[in-house]
Amino acid sequence: MNYTNGKYVFDIQNLNCYYGSFRAVKDTDLSIESKKITAFIGPSGCGKSTVLRTFNRMNDLIPSARVTGEVLFHGQNLYDPDVDPVEVRRRIGMVFQKPNPFPKSIYENVAWGARINGFKGNMDELVEQSLRQAALWDEVKDKLDQSGLGLSGGQQQRLCIARTIAPRPEVILMDEPCSALDPIATLKIEDLMRQLVKNYTIIIVTHNMQQAARVSDYTAYFLMDRDDRAGLLIEYGVTNEIFTKPKDQRTEDYITGRFG
Amino acid sequence: MTVSASTRTIAKTAAAAKSDLHKRLRLGESFIEAFLFFCGAVSILTTLGIVFVLGKESLLFFTSGEVTLWEFISGTEWQPAIGRFGIWALLNSTLMVTAIAMLVALPLGLAVAIYLSEYASLRARSILKPVLEVLAGVPTVVYGYFALTFMTPFLRSIFGDEIVQIYNTAAAGIVIGILVLPLVSSMSEDALHAVPYALREAAYGLGATKLETAIKVVLPAATYGVAAAFIVAISRAIGETMIVAIAAGAGPSFTFNPFESAETMTGHIVRISGGDLSYDSIDYNSIFAIGLMLFVMTLTLNIISRHVVKHFREEYE
Repeated sequence: MNYTNGKYVFDIQNLNCYYGSFRAVKDTDLSIESKKITAFIGPSGCGKSTVLRTFNRMNDLIPSARVTGEVLFHGQNLYDPDVDPVEVRRRIGMVFQKPNPFPKSIYENVAWGARINGFKGNMDELVEQSLRQAALWDEVKDKLDQSGLGLSGGQQQRLCIARTIAPRPEVILMDEPCSALDPIATLKIEDLMRQLVKNYTIIIVTHNMQQAARVSDYTAYFLMDRDDRAGLLIEYGVTNEIFTKPKDQRTEDYITGRFG
Repeated sequence: MTVSASTRTIAKTAAAAKSDLHKRLRLGESFIEAFLFFCGAVSILTTLGIVFVLGKESLLFFTSGEVTLWEFISGTEWQPAIGRFGIWALLNSTLMVTAIAMLVALPLGLAVAIYLSEYASLRARSILKPVLEVLAGVPTVVYGYFALTFMTPFLRSIFGDEIVQIYNTAAAGIVIGILVLPLVSSMSEDALHAVPYALREAAYGLGATKLETAIKVVLPAATYGVAAAFIVAISRAIGETMIVAIAAGAGPSFTFNPFESAETMTGHIVRISGGDLSYDSIDYNSIFAIGLMLFVMTLTLNIISRHVVKHFREEYE
């Protein structure tokens, strides 16, 4: 893979993830292209969220979690002993399954991440810009001082996206960002992702195959190995091809709805 | 007509034979229910009884003609022998002891709570929590002598014997602070623990350090719960009796110097009622007036804390 021209952001090599003695993900190799949306699909327990959380070392928060292999970010292994996970997370933002705004004002929610990252510029401008990018500005511009918890679920999730992009990360990880939202709010988030991908690399985990087909450029299909229950990357490629002519029978079974 | 009526009768008897749906008398159930109601009622009746006794005796005190309500709540001298009943002589030292106790218990208790909830490993938690519970289980009389025989000499060795009196509010206050520390830390920890994990994840995901997450996200989100812990601790410190009776001094004195001896409201009640006090004297009635005052103070604080906790629950449940 060629990293020097910036085409690829991440390159995972021989990744294995463990929770205690249980191997959750095994022998995975995967490269993520810059300024594209890559979707991880697969049934529950197939390790797709675990792989996503290696990109910003969120797995570190679980005491029993352990990783072997390499997760290269522009050629640097994120799991090198001298890499600070706090610094990693400042470059690689994350949006979670359930909207989780802070119990603070809308303005503070957006400003918070930038502030702890030492942002010195015009905060009002940054907040407005981030909320505009998250397609939320028009709905909240008159009530920036109200609590973020007062918004609807879809608005809260867009607020979380605004909060994630305010510190200007390079990558946005999304862990099933629409699973708690209704179809209309989901479509809004998907439109937003197509806008954001012009400036950011996006990796999304989704249970919703139609969503992966609609929104992503690349798709990776994970499945749990029947023998040792470890997650495994089955097939990875351009979304169109994965959904129209999958090479692996197991991928075809999944996307045609035969199971999962 | 007749046919349908007879059919109905047949249907009825058939059903009756099959299963009897009449209500049954279950004596055991009723008895248990009555017993549980009685247990609940006892605590309410006790409270009402206390209010009644306090109110009745206080009324005698204020209607005795020797003291007016105004003198009572504004005076700074408490000398029953010469008819001076100014509550501030006692209230001031109670508030001072409480303030000193809070200066010790609030920062320490909050620090312990943050450590337990955000930093401690399972192992550290499993050691520290039982130790704190032991601290809460020490009899207050032991704390009293701890204040008198350890804390006071300790303060004297720092500030000098001529400045720190044998009995003083500082030593009593510090030790009460240690007494309520487990209360503050355990209630605050519950509040911090109740903050959803998703908020911590959000903060970490933005590149926050552990300290930034704890201080700037978790603690503000738990404000109401922590505030409730503080209020309950204040209420507990105001009512604490044994430690102040032993270590704070035996004689009302209106002073703002924490190194001088000064009797608190609770300490005064204990000392006076321990002596040979005749039942219909003004002195006897006066301790009920002090008791009523204490009761009103702690009741007010507990009501405030209930409201604060309710507010906290509304935010997250």
